[in-house]
Amino acid sequence: MWWPYLPIERWIKASGGAPDVADERDLCVALVEEAQHGQRIVAVTRAAADGGARPGMRLTDARALFPGLGAVAWDAAGDAALVAKLAHWAGRWSPLVEVDGTDGVRMEVTGVAHLFGGEAGLVEEIERGFGRMGLCCRAAVAGTAGAAWALARFPSPLAGEGGSSRRLRKGERAGRCGAQSSHPARLRRVDPLPQGEREGLSRLPVAALRLSAEANHTLNRLGLKTIGALAGVPRRSLARRFREADNPIDALDRLMGRTAEPLTGLAVEVPPRATLRLAEPVDDPGVAGQALAKLAEPLAEELGVRRLGARRVMLSAWRVDGEVREVVAETSLPTRDAAHLVRLLAEKAGEIDPGYGIDAFALTAIWCEPLAPGQDALIGGPAKELELARLVDRLTVRLGKERVRRPDARASHVPERASGWASAVNSSPRLRGEGDHPQDGGGALRAAHRPLHHSASLSGPPPLRKQGRIRPERLLDRPEAIGVIYATPEGVPRRFTWRRRVHDILRVEGPERIAPEWWREPAGTRLRDYYRVEDGAGRRFWIFREGVIGDGRGGVPGWFVHGLFG
Amino acid sequence: MGGERGATERLPGAGRPTLSELFAASPRDGGATGFLLAQLGGAAPLLWVQERMAILEGGRVYPPGLGGEIAAGLIHVEASDARAALWAMEEGLRCSALGGVVGEIWGDPRALDFTATRRLAVAAERSGVLAWLVRLGGSANLSGARMRWRVASAPSLANELDARAPGEAVWNAELFRARGAVPGRWPGCRSAGRDPADLQRVVAVSADRTVDQGERRRA
Repeated sequence: MWWPYLPIERWIKASGGAPDVADERDLCVALVEEAQHGQRIVAVTRAAADGGARPGMRLTDARALFPGLGAVAWDAAGDAALVAKLAHWAGRWSPLVEVDGTDGVRMEVTGVAHLFGGEAGLVEEIERGFGRMGLCCRAAVAGTAGAAWALARFPSPLAGEGGSSRRLRKGERAGRCGAQSSHPARLRRVDPLPQGEREGLSRLPVAALRLSAEANHTLNRLGLKTIGALAGVPRRSLARRFREADNPIDALDRLMGRTAEPLTGLAVEVPPRATLRLAEPVDDPGVAGQALAKLAEPLAEELGVRRLGARRVMLSAWRVDGEVREVVAETSLPTRDAAHLVRLLAEKAGEIDPGYGIDAFALTAIWCEPLAPGQDALIGGPAKELELARLVDRLTVRLGKERVRRPDARASHVPERASGWASAVNSSPRLRGEGDHPQDGGGALRAAHRPLHHSASLSGPPPLRKQGRIRPERLLDRPEAIGVIYATPEGVPRRFTWRRRVHDILRVEGPERIAPEWWREPAGTRLRDYYRVEDGAGRRFWIFREGVIGDGRGGVPGWFVHGLFG
Repeated sequence: MGGERGATERLPGAGRPTLSELFAASPRDGGATGFLLAQLGGAAPLLWVQERMAILEGGRVYPPGLGGEIAAGLIHVEASDARAALWAMEEGLRCSALGGVVGEIWGDPRALDFTATRRLAVAAERSGVLAWLVRLGGSANLSGARMRWRVASAPSLANELDARAPGEAVWNAELFRARGAVPGRWPGCRSAGRDPADLQRVVAVSADRTVDQGERRRA
C-alpha cells in the first residue's frame, strides 16, 4: 500500500480541519525540508502543483515559477508516526504488516485475501478504508514484494480501461510477499512470477525497480527505459557494468521472484488470537462486551491446542475512523479459562468508546506461557493457588498494577528502601500449608495442647521478635518533621510535638544509627539516629534525628517521626 | 511504670471467621494494628486493603515489622477511596484461599453504611475468612459487624533488658458490641503461649519497678 500524498494530506487535516473544496483549491502550500543547498520541497498541494511546483524542487526555483507559493516546515517524525499508526490499523487485514519507507506499508496476504472477497475485494476494501479517512491510497497485490511495490507506484501503461488495472491477475492466485523466516526451507524455495504478471511488469519504467537515482539515470542513458528492455539484456554484460550494491540484476531477480525478499521486523510467532468482523459498524457501547464474550471461547480453544496459557490478553477494537482501541488485562498465573478472561476484561471492554462505530474485534494473547492440561483436585474446589491468583487478577484489573502489591524485601539498611513492593500480578504467590488455615479442625487440637505450652512458656522470658532489629508495624510514606526537646544536644529526646500535639516521652530506646548508603545517595546525605519512644498514653513511635551537630552536612539536625509501633 | 503478666484469656470470638470492626483510639496510635495482628494470629495469606487517606494519616503497613509469616503471604491493596476499598475487601472475602482480609478506612465515608458492612459480614461467614474492618478517625455508627472493638495503647510491660526502654506492647481493648458474646474490657498483651489469638491480662504493679530494682541493686 502506498499513500502518495500522505504529508500534504496530513498537513491539510492537521492545520485546517477539513477545508471545503473551494478552500483547498486556493491553498498553495509546499512542505519543505532543509537540504544541502537550501530548502527542498517535499510535498505540494494540488493548487501549488498546478502552478508548477513539484516535490524534489528547490523552494527558490518553485517560487520563481510560482511566486505565491507558501512554505511550511515538513514534520517528518509526525508522518512516520502516522505511517506506523496506519500500519497498525492495517493489522485488521493481515497479522504480518511492515512499514516500508516513509509512505508505504507492505503486507503479507497469503491465505488472507479470500476472507475479503479475493484479491480484488481486498484491494478495494483497503482503498475504500483509507479513502474514508481522507487519505489517497494505492494498493496492489502481486507475487513478490517488489512487484507489488512497482504496481502500486507506477500505473501500468495498460491502465486505460479503469482503476482496477493495478491488479494484473485478479483473484487467481494468492500473493506471496516473501517467506516466513521461521521456515528456512521456504526461504530458498521461491516461486518465479507467472507469465502474465511478468508481461505487465515489463512495460513499467526502470524506476519501478527501487534502484538509486544514479542507477536509474545510468539505465536511462543506456536506453534501457523499461523493465522489459532491461530483462532483454544479457545478465553477464549487466553484471559487468553494474558492480555496486544496488544493481539492476538483483533488483530484477527480486521483482521476478528469482530471489527471496522476506518481510523483516515482524513477529515470527503469531500470538494466539481470535477475531470477529462485524457486517457493519456498530456504535452501541455494549458491543465490546458482547464481542468479548464471543471471542473468549475460540481464544481459549486455540490456547488449549497450542498448550499455552495467557498471561496478558488484549482486546482490540477497530473503529471506522482509523483508531484502534485496545484494553489489556494481565493474569498472575497462565490461564486459558474463557470465563476468567471475560470477567477480567468485561469492565474495561465496556469502557471502549465506539466513536463512529466499530467494525472489527480481535482478542489476542500477547504474552503466553506454556501450560500443560491441568486437572482439578479430586476433592474440593479448585486449587488454592489458582484461586488466589484469580483474586489478584481481578483486583489488578480494576485498581491497577501499582496498587495491588506484595512485599519485596531488598538489600538495604534504609528502612523505606529495605521494604519495597512488587506488583502482585508479576510475583509468584507463596502459600502456607493447609494446617495453618484458621477455620480448619486444628482449633480443638490446639486447645487441648494449650495448658502444656502455657506452662512451658511461663518459665521463660517473653518472646522477643525473631529478627535482631525491631521494626514498626506502620511506616509513614514520608517522614514527618517534629519539634523535639531534648536534655542535651546529643542526648535522648524528652518531648516532641507531632501534628500539633505534644507527646511526653517516658521511655526511650536508642539510638540505632543508620548511615546513608553512599553508593546510592548523593553526597551530603546525613545519617539517621533512630529512637523507639513511648509516650504517657503508651503510644510507641519510631523517630529519628537526621544528622549530628558538626557533621558538616548542614545546620541543626532535624527530627522526624517515621513509624508507629503496634 | 509497666505492668506484669497475669492470666491468659481467650477473647470472645477469637479466630471466628466473621466481620469484626476495630476502632483505633487515634490515627496516630499504632496500638490497634498490634492488637489486630495478635488477633489475626498469623493468618496467611492476608489481603490488607488500605484507603489512601488511611495511609497518609496512619502510615503504610511495613512488612519487616509484621513478622515473617504474615509478610510472606501479604497482598497489599492501596484503594483510592472507601468505595474501592470496600469492593476490594468483598472480592477478597469471596476467595476462600485467603486466611484473612483487613480493610482500613478513614473517617465516616458515605459508602460505609449498614448494607456495606452487612455484605462484608455475610461474605466472610460464607467463605470462612477472618475479616477485620479498621476504622481510623471514625465514629461508631450503625454497622453490620458482629464484633466491635475499641483499642488504645497502654503503657507497655517492663523491659527486662533495659528498664528505660519500652517493653512488650499492651493494649486496652474494649469490646463494646458483640453478637453471642459478653462485652467487656481487656487490658492485655500478646500471649506468651502458642496460640497468638489469646490475650494475657496485665496486672498493674503498685510500686515503681525501676526504682525498686535500682534500690535493690544498690543494696
